[in-house]
Amino acid sequence: MTAEPITGIVTPIRLDYTYTPGTAPSGFLRGMKEGRILGRRCPQCSKVYVPPRGSCPMCGVEFADEVEVADTGTLVTFAVVNVNFANRVIDLPYVSGEVRFDGSDTTSMVLVQGIPVDEVRMGMRVKAHWLPREEWDFTFANIDYVEPIDEPDADYDSYREFV
Amino acid sequence: MAGNLAAVLGTGQTKHVAKREDVSIAGLVREAADRALEDAGLTYADIDAVVIGKAPDMFEGVMMPELYLAEALGAIGKPLIRVHTAGSVGGSTAIVATHLVQAGVHERVLTVAFEKQSESNAMWALSIKIPFSQPLVAGAGGYFAPIIRGYIRKADAPLDTGFQVVLKDRLNALKNPYAHLHQPDISMEQIVSSPLLWDPIRYAETCPSSDGAAAMVIGSEQAADASSRPVAWIHGTAVRSEPTMGAGRDRVNPHAGRDCAKAVYAAAGITDPFREIDCAEIYVPFSWFEPMWLENLGFAEEGTGWKLVQDGVTALDGDLPINMSGGVLSSNPIGASGMLRFLEVANQVRGTAGEHQVDGARKALGHAYGGGSQFFAMWVVGKDKP
Amino acid sequence: MRDVAVVSFAQSATRRDQTRNEVEILMPVLREAMAPTGLTTHDMGFTCSGSSDYLAGQAFAFVSALDAVGPWPPIQESHVEMDGAWALYEAWVRLQHGDIDTALVYAFGKSSPGDVGRVLALQLDPYVVGPLWPDAVSIAALQARAFLEAGHDEKDLARVVARSRRNAAGNPHAQLSGEVDEATLLDEPLYADPLRMHDCPPISDGAAVVVLAAGDRARELCERPAWIRGIDHRIDVQALGSRDLATSASTKLAGQKAGVGRVDLAEIHAPFSHQELIVAEALGLNESTTSINPSGGALASNPVMVAGLVRIGEAARRLSAGEGERAVAHATSGPALQQNLVCVLEAS
Repeated sequence: MTAEPITGIVTPIRLDYTYTPGTAPSGFLRGMKEGRILGRRCPQCSKVYVPPRGSCPMCGVEFADEVEVADTGTLVTFAVVNVNFANRVIDLPYVSGEVRFDGSDTTSMVLVQGIPVDEVRMGMRVKAHWLPREEWDFTFANIDYVEPIDEPDADYDSYREFV
Repeated sequence: MAGNLAAVLGTGQTKHVAKREDVSIAGLVREAADRALEDAGLTYADIDAVVIGKAPDMFEGVMMPELYLAEALGAIGKPLIRVHTAGSVGGSTAIVATHLVQAGVHERVLTVAFEKQSESNAMWALSIKIPFSQPLVAGAGGYFAPIIRGYIRKADAPLDTGFQVVLKDRLNALKNPYAHLHQPDISMEQIVSSPLLWDPIRYAETCPSSDGAAAMVIGSEQAADASSRPVAWIHGTAVRSEPTMGAGRDRVNPHAGRDCAKAVYAAAGITDPFREIDCAEIYVPFSWFEPMWLENLGFAEEGTGWKLVQDGVTALDGDLPINMSGGVLSSNPIGASGMLRFLEVANQVRGTAGEHQVDGARKALGHAYGGGSQFFAMWVVGKDKP
Repeated sequence: MRDVAVVSFAQSATRRDQTRNEVEILMPVLREAMAPTGLTTHDMGFTCSGSSDYLAGQAFAFVSALDAVGPWPPIQESHVEMDGAWALYEAWVRLQHGDIDTALVYAFGKSSPGDVGRVLALQLDPYVVGPLWPDAVSIAALQARAFLEAGHDEKDLARVVARSRRNAAGNPHAQLSGEVDEATLLDEPLYADPLRMHDCPPISDGAAVVVLAAGDRARELCERPAWIRGIDHRIDVQALGSRDLATSASTKLAGQKAGVGRVDLAEIHAPFSHQELIVAEALGLNESTTSINPSGGALASNPVMVAGLVRIGEAARRLSAGEGERAVAHATSGPALQQNLVCVLEAS
């Protein structure tokens, strides 16, 4: 007697987790709810992290004061994305950018809109486009995307270290 | 690094494919382990301990799968260690196994790394939506493409450099029977016209998603001297880590990679890597990482790695052949990819690499990296006893 | 082998923690462990950690935890997807090379975000056992049944629990403590027959940090270091039907290799009451001469992926404080005591 080989079985896995953002990220999320970008400054190296996690990863010390940074910034580098992933559907192609918000010492990956993709460039000055105020929640997604603003491009040397 | 001498006594790997439907996870790792033991002329009874590595458990949907795999790996009644250091894990795992021998704890250690991506959904595992993380997820390419754009800008590199890397690696893969991608009709035209997934990365410049496993037997000096098979002496190992999100961290030419390379060369007594290393297998999941790592590893000055690619220096018949096996661009069982780099260079100095053998290879570098380019693991192996 | 000792240990309180993330739980523990040594994490020759992605519910959970250490300039570092006791083992091996003299070991785990009993079911054979979703407590109950059938009494389980609660009263990091008499415990209803709720561990979040040092460096850093005299770990087959659940062959073998002998105190990583008795028997311990789980053990607090490392830390801390001359610590992993590590420590 020969049987067909079993080449696979499907065993659905469902696990539910209740995540805890932590103290420092919670401050950031509360800021988001109010339409503000709140980072934290390292007491040792003075760098401002957005969003902060729990410690300055370079110094290994707890963050000190909360610092509000601007919602304008510089696009330091980017990818033009031509393939969509399951959890976000955006018209293709779109630009996934790394933005250094003014006053921050880190970059955040944000969607870039409001400009044809072939005109996006490194050093471009951008501003956050927020969702309507009534939709604000405790989430980074309140910033729907960034869009270009009418300012000359930043000088390469001014953002080189973030590339 | 001090410690006793250690050597690779045998290696084994599976044929890497998109889906291994004929074997379970246990069957997959067993196949690689069986081959490594056979290559070393040993049996499971000769093995003192097992060190296993893989990337996140969520890639297969099994938590700490080494517990279930212990029996398949002949580890019952023995010490078993499971390593997880992101994409560098295959390299780190081999290094942990090496340390057990160098420390004098064991005589012969079996080390295994694997990924059976087809059993779950790796893209899903990497995209679990956590409310306070950044919402824009565009896969690994979405993370690395901006870094590659940064490299091109910093090095002012010609845009076809990435294509040259892919063409070389896929042609090399044709000489490696275990490689996942065998594309006999690969051409520059085909690469250039492949879809631009994450500009500047084209589809042809990305690694496949593979099911596969790699295994090695690492033994003491005594075990190596007693072996009738060719061995690869381990001249040096090194690992380095730095913070993923550190402000001002150079992601194009990471500090940890530079430090790790310096440490592994120092351990191996190498002062001029370009002249003294005969060939290398380095972890290149996207084509542009070859010129980036050539600089990071000290084979080229900063900003000039692309010239080695353009001049054919890294071709199989070049002065410094890179990724003779076809590399990660041709096979990517994630957790095993780093170990494959280590394993392939061991085979090179043993003279057992087959069709993609570099003539006269005596000293070679294996390299793995992981995460957002913040974890590094490397070794230098040689034909001669250090 | 080179002489290596535990020179410092710290642990967090182990309650459900819904305000702090893993890094924030780890930070103060790291600081507390480093303080008596006068060193910083940057001075450590090697760093190794233990944790689990499935426990955290996200891939690469260990990556952000490393932020707590501040690995800059870059450090020599490794991670095991295992209890931190195995990270300590890897660090001990690394110290044998002789080129470095200190190592930092840490472990972290939050069991509270998910349903830990169900999460642990994913450790089982994914084709034939895992899909049935036997949770961790049910598997422990199967083992407890086998143990009782092999000639033990449920009064023995109650005795373990009562001692754990009593000892935990002196442990500020424990979750469950207090005076309870055995008869009262046996009057409690069955939870997963033959186990009662108190035979099972609490849900704990936590972190622990151990600093290791070799030779003279250890003597410089600590007045009375706890020297590692033997350390070994072994694994059994996983399939529950393929081994005698009432005994632990891998613990016995690891104990023999580590050379347990006569010890003043033992810290056993037994999340379920019957497991302590199985391990004690495998290690040849006698309660009349050995103080077992003076901290209260994992029944008093059980931060998963951390509790094994805590056993080594607790045993070492007590030796350094002069509570004994020789101790054994045990760590376990996998369903029904599948994998076990034994570490023998001495104060001189």
